[in-house]
Amino acid sequence: MSDIADKVKKIVVEHLGVEESKVTPDASFIDDLGADSLDTVELVMAFEEAFSVEIPEDAAEKIATVKDAIDYIEKQKAA
Amino acid sequence: MFSLSGKTALVTGASGGIGAAIARQLHALGATVVLSGTREAALKELADSLGERTHIAVANLSEASEADGLVAKAEEVAGAPLDILVNNAGLTRDTLAIRMKDSDWSQVMTVDLESPFRLARAALKGMLRRRAGRIISIASVVGTTGNAGQANYAAAKAGIVGMSKSLAQEAGPRGVTVNVVAPGFIETPMTDVLSEGIREKLVGSIPLGRMGNPDDVAAAVVYLASDEAAWVTGTTLHVNGGMAMV
Repeated sequence: MSDIADKVKKIVVEHLGVEESKVTPDASFIDDLGADSLDTVELVMAFEEAFSVEIPEDAAEKIATVKDAIDYIEKQKAA
Repeated sequence: MFSLSGKTALVTGASGGIGAAIARQLHALGATVVLSGTREAALKELADSLGERTHIAVANLSEASEADGLVAKAEEVAGAPLDILVNNAGLTRDTLAIRMKDSDWSQVMTVDLESPFRLARAALKGMLRRRAGRIISIASVVGTTGNAGQANYAAAKAGIVGMSKSLAQEAGPRGVTVNVVAPGFIETPMTDVLSEGIREKLVGSIPLGRMGNPDDVAAAVVYLASDEAAWVTGTTLHVNGGMAMV
């Protein structure tokens, strides 16, 4: 797993208070990890801060799973 | 009655009549208060009269960057996260609309509407995380009734109400409440400029038969800041002696 993936996972565990084992790539923040809409916004803001990236509203809306987040941030960092 | 012991509160416009009364009452109930305003000497004087649990954070809320940074600054000087934000700072640039300059409009919007939003946005980030907090903004009866010569001020104060209702819906699931206190005519330097004739007419329109005083407003703020008001959010508490029953 990449550093980015590790860090994303850690942030998710911290913010949602879920067990690490549940934070699989396909896990949906809302359906599987019990997040509400406010949680997802807070997560996106935490990602922005941790990775020094800007995630615009339309991109944030498409980030539904752990993998979505990792992919988006990796793409931003590679660019 | 209410206890705010262990709570940290930021009061903007604390050098003004209503702001000072709010700071005084929050402090009297045990809160640590951070006094903010533009006039450092006036803030220091108030801080000295209050004694312990008092801090100062000078800020000019006409400047976006200072408004954005004030919550962090307050938490730094208090050494604790913010539990209570009181958006009290405000200014007026009264004149009839046909004579109102762009700058009269924009200055009032910046200080009276935009800076409360900037402060609330900054405060909410921590409050949502901690799942607790109180945001109380001071509006005005004219935000509901309108007032000739105050198109800018009335618009900003009505804006505060709409903004607070929206924030209340966003923050409710985290136990953070957002409310408004809307004073009527209060004896302060801001209303001292009224002529005797206008004053008499005003008092005549108030069922409770007098102008309000800053402590009348502060008492409403204290209630909304208390734990007891945990189930009150998105509301506007009108403190106007019955002048406008809305």
